[in-house]
Amino acid sequence: MEKMPAWADAVLVPIISLLLAAILSALVIVAIGEDPVAAVKLMVQGSLGSTYGWGYTLYYATNFMFTGLAVAVAFHARMFNIGGEGQAMLGGLGVAVVCLYMPWPHWSLALIFATLSAAAFGAAWAFLPAYLQAKRGSHIVITTIMFNFIAAALLNYLLVNVMRPKGSMDPATAKFPETTHLPTLHDILEPFGIAFSKAAPANVSLIVAIIACVAVYFLIWRTRLGYEIRAFGHSESGAKYAGISPVKITVVAMLISGGLAGMMAINNVMGEGERLIMNSTEGAGFIGIAVALMGRSHPFGVFLAAILFGFLYQGGAELALWTSIPRELIVVIQALVILFTGALDNMVRMPLEKLFLMFRKGDA
Amino acid sequence: MSVMHKILGGAAALALSAGTLVAEPAMIFDLGGKFDKSFNESAFAGAQRWAEETGGTFREIELQSEAQREQALRRFAEAGSNPIVMTGFAFGNVLAEVAPDYPDTKFAIIDMVVDQPNVRSVVFNEHEGSYLVGMMAAMASKSNTVGFIGGMDIPLIRKFACGYAQGVMAANADATVVANMTGTTPAAWNDPVKGSELTKAQISQGADVVYAAAGGTGVGVLQTAADEGILSIGVDSNQNYLHPGKVLTSMMKRVDNAVYQAMTDGPDMETGFNVMGIANGGIGYAMDENNASLVSADMQKMVDDAAAKISSGELMVHDYMSDDSCPALSF
Repeated sequence: MEKMPAWADAVLVPIISLLLAAILSALVIVAIGEDPVAAVKLMVQGSLGSTYGWGYTLYYATNFMFTGLAVAVAFHARMFNIGGEGQAMLGGLGVAVVCLYMPWPHWSLALIFATLSAAAFGAAWAFLPAYLQAKRGSHIVITTIMFNFIAAALLNYLLVNVMRPKGSMDPATAKFPETTHLPTLHDILEPFGIAFSKAAPANVSLIVAIIACVAVYFLIWRTRLGYEIRAFGHSESGAKYAGISPVKITVVAMLISGGLAGMMAINNVMGEGERLIMNSTEGAGFIGIAVALMGRSHPFGVFLAAILFGFLYQGGAELALWTSIPRELIVVIQALVILFTGALDNMVRMPLEKLFLMFRKGDA
Repeated sequence: MSVMHKILGGAAALALSAGTLVAEPAMIFDLGGKFDKSFNESAFAGAQRWAEETGGTFREIELQSEAQREQALRRFAEAGSNPIVMTGFAFGNVLAEVAPDYPDTKFAIIDMVVDQPNVRSVVFNEHEGSYLVGMMAAMASKSNTVGFIGGMDIPLIRKFACGYAQGVMAANADATVVANMTGTTPAAWNDPVKGSELTKAQISQGADVVYAAAGGTGVGVLQTAADEGILSIGVDSNQNYLHPGKVLTSMMKRVDNAVYQAMTDGPDMETGFNVMGIANGGIGYAMDENNASLVSADMQKMVDDAAAKISSGELMVHDYMSDDSCPALSF
């Protein structure tokens, strides 16, 4: 029997966690002598109050959707993929190779191949940790996090020594050619008569991210492979008994996870930067973990959580622009939300479960 | 008709002056943060000086992520900040795209050239200042070997190294220059431990004066040089005070002056290419009570002569970035 109804699990727990985080953040803001109400207003206004704000919120959200889905898929096979960051970096490399070294007649073709290439690079980066876990029992948490550092070092080497245009000081590739530039939401919505801010970086990859959410839903709950992944996640011995190969599922689930993380690059590298820079992922791989936890590894939950984190990022940027709240404190506020929704999930869940059980006893 | 013109003109003038009243400048610090003891902090000092002298206020932001570069520029421009000053070459690409969208806003970028009608690009002749401190290093050296420790291996830092090596050779043609770079990534700007190791390595090769052009890494270089009893040369701001009597001089790059000037000029700032060199006080070497005992009258005279020749154009110091090569040093 479920301890509490599904709606409480999906809605009540995150909302209470968020409230707790908000209260603590407000206390922090009060402690440095700023007005928390004004700060919240500024965050909401700046991230949701204009198409410009939405453009940035959705841009960040797109990143988090990809990395959140990546972590979620691995969760279903009971694996903790902390390597989203490295896989996304490699995805960026995949995008850069496709955009720089091949001529493209139109962005749509470039997008399809860049997506495939990004996914392939990301999946390739997840392959070795997955193989080591499946065959040698090396713990995936350790190996994936180590692969993040290797990815950073590899990218560093390539950007400084191979891909940097001559005479440029920035460790970054050249600008991608015009035909690979993705249309922004402004370009997409204009034909429909909707005036969307031209400056915001949200682009067509948002639609790819939403498609990915739907695809992951079908994969996990409507296909044989998804069933095998879930069965494996619930009980490895049970899955084995049912004739499911643990090696195959571990590797395949991690390849899908790495591929999704890699696909993030079409948003930040191809859509926003239009060139590959060092540290283009900016921690989105790690945010993905919090997003997947908060979204309860369900694609729709991931979608909502990603938008929430997009709001936090864009709201944080607005705070940095218009108040004297130092940027370190904005990181603290973002971290509090991650802490409460991700790491301290059980702190809210357990008392709630007890509460619901009490009521149920009362009914009986 | 003429009356109408006058009225319209008057209204326009009023609108313009009203615009100047509300426009406040904005300052964008790069990812290093405004208290980096070096480049950004110097820019902050310039902005601060402007605020104190004029009683004005300025908006500021320390960037948190790459995506915020464009965001900060656009938001400040849309909010009417004018001029908008930013530090660091990394803004180059972004500014080149953003500037045309806000033709009425003036931008000032330091350490990078952006060719747009509303952008002032401030670059420094670091090779000239490095030449001067190179001469001093060669004259102060007893072992005829001097060291150079750069931060991130980029053309800009090679420009420092190349000017330095030319200065060394000019003062003592037999001298040897040992040059090392701390790394190839931005982390090399803030790695004092590596800076210290490199200093020790250079001492073991015989160097007895080291020049650090490495941002926060230089703190480790200066510290180790002082501990090991050799001389060091600071960079960007006057770092003589860090180890009195142990720092020969500092190559001064007046980022603060450039920021102060841009903010003082306000929305009417002249745009274009702005080279700060020895001739206009943008570059120099630091003399104060902390290094007075280290610099002999002879030394100072020779350096001042060279500075005068560089100002007048009589002496040309080769700029590494002009052709990616250096006559005095191979990398």
